[in-house]
Amino acid sequence: MYTTELDKQKQPPEGANVTAIDGAEDPALVEAFEARVAADEFIEPKDWMPEAYRKTLVRQISQHAHSEIVGMLPEGNWITRAPSLRRKAILLAKVQDEGGHGLYLYCAAETLGTSREEMIEALHSGKAKYSTIFNYPTLTWADIAAIGWLVDGAAIMNQVPLQRASYGPYARAMVRVCKEESFHQRQGYEAMLVLANGTPEQKRMAQDAINRWWWPSLMMFGPPDDQSPNTERSMRWRIKRETNDELRQKFVDITVPQAEFAGLTVPDPDLSWNEAKGGYDFGEIDWEEFYAVVRGEGPVAKERMKARRDAWEDGAWVREAADAHEAKKAARKVA
Amino acid sequence: MPSLPTISEKDEARAAASDAGAPEGSFDAPTASAHDEATIAYVTSLGDDALILGQRLSEWCGHAPALEVDLSLANMGLDLIGQATNWLGLAARHDERYANADALAFHRDVLDFRNCLLVEQPNGDFAQTMARQLLFSTWQHLLLERLAGASDEAIAGIAAKSVKEVAYHRELSHDWVVRLGDGTEESKRRMAAGLDWCWRFIPELFEVTEELEALVQRGIAVDPRSFEEEYRAALAATLEEATLDAPAEQRPILGGRRGHHSEHLGHLLAVMQYLPRTYPEAKW
Repeated sequence: MYTTELDKQKQPPEGANVTAIDGAEDPALVEAFEARVAADEFIEPKDWMPEAYRKTLVRQISQHAHSEIVGMLPEGNWITRAPSLRRKAILLAKVQDEGGHGLYLYCAAETLGTSREEMIEALHSGKAKYSTIFNYPTLTWADIAAIGWLVDGAAIMNQVPLQRASYGPYARAMVRVCKEESFHQRQGYEAMLVLANGTPEQKRMAQDAINRWWWPSLMMFGPPDDQSPNTERSMRWRIKRETNDELRQKFVDITVPQAEFAGLTVPDPDLSWNEAKGGYDFGEIDWEEFYAVVRGEGPVAKERMKARRDAWEDGAWVREAADAHEAKKAARKVA
Repeated sequence: MPSLPTISEKDEARAAASDAGAPEGSFDAPTASAHDEATIAYVTSLGDDALILGQRLSEWCGHAPALEVDLSLANMGLDLIGQATNWLGLAARHDERYANADALAFHRDVLDFRNCLLVEQPNGDFAQTMARQLLFSTWQHLLLERLAGASDEAIAGIAAKSVKEVAYHRELSHDWVVRLGDGTEESKRRMAAGLDWCWRFIPELFEVTEELEALVQRGIAVDPRSFEEEYRAALAATLEEATLDAPAEQRPILGGRRGHHSEHLGHLLAVMQYLPRTYPEAKW
């Protein structure tokens, strides 16, 4: 899964004051850095980088990592109820992959000097954001198919370009993530096709799932370009390679024919093919809802955060025990 | 009662899916293809052990004490679901009543499940989960090592494939029991409580019914008593390394292999089986 950058609360995010921060830095270093990025070179952890670049990356990568971890919850909700052994194994493997993605991404972010504990603390305190999509509930088995098909489908749109992101550890993590996401999207669509061609009850579940997940999936690409103040700088820094609206349009153009093939109706009365632009026109997204969910007011936002905090707090004694055991072992070695 | 299936569509499916290589009809392996009721029940019990423990481990997904632990619990769960699919698939190929592994997993009730009581015990805290894992994986590993040499090639094949996975489960649970036992005061207390909860289910792992005895005689099953000493010694070694005392011996609780389970299994099945039971006509 992937979240586009989410600090879009209509005020400049922390560290966004590029002029002030960059102003304090050696102009020659900044210039050399900008030139390397413009030449599509990778920036590595030990390389010099502007403080704003570092901060923006930590925020973006950790948001992405948090999204993977919180994203385990809506799907995890159905592992124990998967309807066949094959589906159970696929879902368990998929959710495990998401956990693995979270791990590579936390590691990539740690190379920028912020510890995993600090990032997790920021998530639990509500300071750090994660993808809005995971604040919606998974009500039926078809939601699992819809998440694979639509949510992972949207994630791939976002992530494929990031394999060329300027920060080396991030780009390399994305290469691995994309391979797995592609499998996730395909299994989701395949599961959806089975439902859409199944019994009347299964068809009902399938249509209900696309009705609920379509618009939140489009919101995953973030606010429209004219309200995305950091886009220009992030594109210049090659940590964002296509704009929110470009990616959203690509997603709609690819996904609508898939829905039609499955015999499902996209819940948008304004959806129509536009021959001139070679893509679909689609209806207005409810941005009020989007910003409300970003603020933490999504339907199951409280449940998601509680589940993460509980897991962390309930597991504290295990982590402490592991540290204590390591320390004892080390002490015995010395003695 | 021997299973003598009538020729049906299912036989064609079986033939296609059959584990090739069973020396059917060869004189030196007369029991190799004789998947009679006792053999099916044995294979089913191996599958049920894996299925129920896999289901329990999957309950942790997204809620474990650390990301790395989440991944390793999911990994073990996945291995066990895969093993269950193989064992129950083999059982279904020789049991007229069930079309496939899913039919066995999702369309039996408590009385027909043959898993041991240990695997259906609730996760509890992480210490109880690891106590359950150590007690089961150590037993399963010793069993599968021997079962890999069983006379029935289909059974031996699944055992040989699974034993590598289970060796890792055994090692992982050993490491955690040591860490928690020899960690902090709190972890030691929790680890001791977890072991205490699970300890009374050990004797069931070594219970030999008349049916099992007969299968052992035929070289199909392994007599678990043959490795009980090794099992006890392995547990003792882990506990010593973990600086833990063995729990006091408790009155054995038995019954799982005969379908008489704890109260926990019904709830687990209610969750696991809800979709296929609610929509019996549906395919997923």
